[in-house]
Amino acid sequence: MSEDARVGVFVCHCGTNIGGCVDVPKVVEYAKTLPHVVFATSNLYTCAEDGLSSIRDSIKENNLNRVVVAACTPRTHAPLFQSTCEEAGLNKYLFTFVNIREQCSWVHMKEKDSATEKAKELIKMGVARVELLEPQEEVQIEVIPSAVVIGGGVAGMAAAISLADQGFPVRLVEREKELGGFVRNLGYIWQERREAVGALSSMIRRVKNHRNINLYLDSEVVAAEGFIGNYEIVIDTHGEQKKDKVGVIVVATGALEYIPEGLYGYEQYDNVITLTEFEILAKNKKLPKLSSLAFIQCVGSRGQDKSYCSRICCNVTLKNAMNLADNWKNMLGLEEAGKVVESIPVEKAIPAEIAERRRGRMGRRDREAGEKDEAEVAPTRLDIAVFNRDIMSYGIEHELTYNKTKEKKVRFIRYTPQNRPKVSHEGDKLVIDYWHDTMQMQMKMMVDMIVLATPLVAQPDAKEISRMLKVPLGQEGFFLEAHVKLRPVDFATDGIYVCGTCKGPADIPEAVAQGMAAASRAAIPLARGYVQPESLVAFVDSDVCSGCGTCIEICPYNAIRKNAEGVAEITVAACKGCGNCGASCPKNAIIMNHYTDNQILAEARAALQAVNG
Amino acid sequence: MSEFEPKIIIFLCNWCSYAGADLAGVSRYQYPTNARTVRVMCSTRVSPQIVLELLKDGADGVMVTGCHPGDCHYINGNYYTERRMEMAHRLLKLTGLESQRLRLDWVSASEGEKYAGVVTDFVKELKGLGPNPVHKDAKLASRLKAAVDASKNFRLKVLSSKEINLISKGNAYGEKINQQSVEGIMEQATEDEFKASLILQLTNKKSQSVKELAKELGEPTDRTIEHVVSLRSRNLLALDHIDGATPKYKAIVTGGA
Ligand SMILES: Cc1cc2nc3c(=O)[nH]c(=O)nc-3n(C[C@H](O)[C@H](O)[C@H](O)COP(=O)(O)OP(=O)(O)OC[C@H]3O[C@@H](n4cnc5c(N)ncnc54)[C@H](O)[C@@H]3O)c2cc1C
Ligand code: FES
Repeated sequence: MSEDARVGVFVCHCGTNIGGCVDVPKVVEYAKTLPHVVFATSNLYTCAEDGLSSIRDSIKENNLNRVVVAACTPRTHAPLFQSTCEEAGLNKYLFTFVNIREQCSWVHMKEKDSATEKAKELIKMGVARVELLEPQEEVQIEVIPSAVVIGGGVAGMAAAISLADQGFPVRLVEREKELGGFVRNLGYIWQERREAVGALSSMIRRVKNHRNINLYLDSEVVAAEGFIGNYEIVIDTHGEQKKDKVGVIVVATGALEYIPEGLYGYEQYDNVITLTEFEILAKNKKLPKLSSLAFIQCVGSRGQDKSYCSRICCNVTLKNAMNLADNWKNMLGLEEAGKVVESIPVEKAIPAEIAERRRGRMGRRDREAGEKDEAEVAPTRLDIAVFNRDIMSYGIEHELTYNKTKEKKVRFIRYTPQNRPKVSHEGDKLVIDYWHDTMQMQMKMMVDMIVLATPLVAQPDAKEISRMLKVPLGQEGFFLEAHVKLRPVDFATDGIYVCGTCKGPADIPEAVAQGMAAASRAAIPLARGYVQPESLVAFVDSDVCSGCGTCIEICPYNAIRKNAEGVAEITVAACKGCGNCGASCPKNAIIMNHYTDNQILAEARAALQAVNG
Repeated sequence: MSEFEPKIIIFLCNWCSYAGADLAGVSRYQYPTNARTVRVMCSTRVSPQIVLELLKDGADGVMVTGCHPGDCHYINGNYYTERRMEMAHRLLKLTGLESQRLRLDWVSASEGEKYAGVVTDFVKELKGLGPNPVHKDAKLASRLKAAVDASKNFRLKVLSSKEINLISKGNAYGEKINQQSVEGIMEQATEDEFKASLILQLTNKKSQSVKELAKELGEPTDRTIEHVVSLRSRNLLALDHIDGATPKYKAIVTGGA
């Protein structure tokens, strides 16, 4: 404390809320006896204009440099009294609130004497604290009004368009040569019953033509440093690196499909494919001619390998089953210029593009596309079965699709994780051995193709982005938002946002909605133009710090880093003032402003002194 | 004489527990008048040193309250609070003061009734224990002082803040350490640092022999010798003089703190 403290104490009757229990005049008399207290009074309502002007006046008249108000709760009334102090020229941090209503008169209604004693001691504690408080500055830090969006799938594109429409320059960085992300694999999307590429094209066109969007294809963000409003990034396009400055970062890096290695004959039999591979074949009109196929749900998910439910696969299977039931002749290429081919040649081989795609995956053995066989049978219908643990067709539309699919005679067969279907082959056919629960017997089904519904899984290199931006990944490798319910598209670190399937399985409308949500969150600092960091932040005494790094490791906001001298330094704009670093610092080199060890101990000890003497 | 009324310090985090205590008031849940509350932004601010200092200074009980795990306003501050209070408990056990005098509890903003209940219960428990005897028991006072010193110790602080990460994330070599061995390491480190601090306490004013120290510490002389050797190598303890054939040690007091 630089100058001598001159403390004023204002005790509120709060009508009878406090005064009816606590003996306020006695408390005021007691307050006058406390060290450094030069003025004490009571008010009927300290928060009414009368009370507030008594604070303002006595700050001036008595030359007060510290104020204590003993009244209700700081959670509702601190801002009011703080601004009253400011109006009288007193820094608002030289103020302490003592709660003698919620935490005294209201909870000790029948013990008036000891409630009065307690009120006295609480005020004594408040006075002990207020003496040690220091004025604090509130600073504003300018924000660079631009954004980078990492990932050009539907989520990233939605975020980029939304930010660009609001007038902010956006860099959209996509590592593939094309925009669109996973949706480029898809045949039809269920919402529109039209080809996915068509639905995407208008979005892609908007991105490409938007004057506020700078598109970086075939590019990645390889470095990022800084804090909200002031990030320095490096964009690498094919080895060529460009430095840039942005205010906010949106992560929209999407997800991949799970590869069901060793499950249900995948890679052993050509016609066992994943749902994504099925989509690609359907999109390219390269589905082999078949007369029967079965989907198997929850492959590799819900405890088989990954623990979670990928939530979209039931609906994707329903979409494809429905399309096949309605439209199979066209999908299998049997309708040529309106003429239905009567006899279907049965193919057993996977087409070249799937073989190519599988070869492209790292560490995968080469395989040749198989030979075609001549047709032996000429089926005139397509049998479709769906092996499932339970169909989760959530929402309004999907349950209706489910019901319709059943009308189309698609067979739904349940299995349990204890009793999964087994795949083998006999002649040209794949054989599914399964337990029929209703009939209570083991059955066999012969099919031409098996489609495995596998979950969306995290991008393997999400770890690198997580490390670069210092944002967390959850258990399954997806990005982890700040709060599942209340802050679903924020990272805990200010200025970085997340959307789309990189934070967990989602369908297109959800990914787009998240992209737009992330954009509107990211636009807040951009539109405001400055950030006002928490004024109560931690401070490192660099002479004492040994550079052990404990605080850096535990800071939940990545607000601490090692500076050039090898000691910890707090990024004021990022610090939230929780005090975790202060409690952890092995050298006691970190001071948590406004909640220093000294201030806390002085406040608490004041209560103990009363008992000892 | 009237009934013993324990003096209790309760730390409340601003976001959950303080709001919970306010709600107790709004709902008029009545509880005993013994609690003296200190508001901090997050429970994570309250270090073992702070709570041990208060017990050393005669508080009959200290309680730290915060948001429920997963609900901390600062994401995970309260996980660290929990670890640190575990360390404070370990130290307290070594001093001989009843460790029930230190409590940690989670009170959410909607748990006004729980807050009233927790305070009532703590007061009842402390009435059963009687007054904190630290001001009447010099031995206990010096052990509590040693606990405060140990709680400021570099190694213990690093361990109690990083330990949680050792379990979940693994160390720099990617090895994950299981819960049990982390606890073992913590237990041992706490005991070692407490005893080292106690030796420095005991030798601060008057030089002592290993045998005398061992008696105070309540452990075999060969264990005490280990502590003495380690303190000497850290330049905290020095040979003062030889009394007959017995070496006597004294703490090296540095700087005027
Ligand atoms: C088989 C299947 C069928 C589906 N069918 C439907 C359907 O019918 N209807 C529906 O609504 N949804 C469907 N979905 C879901 C849909 O695919 C997703 O909701 C959608 O792709 C999510 O978009 P996104 O932008 O979040 O991620 P993605 O589409 O995965 O896009 C992420 C983008 O980020 C890029 N990227 C990744 N890492 C980096 C990096 N480090 N730097 C730069 N760029 C990077 C990727 O190249 C990609 O372009 C289906 C999913 C599957 C698996
Ligand atoms: S804010 Fe309540 S425990 Fe952290």
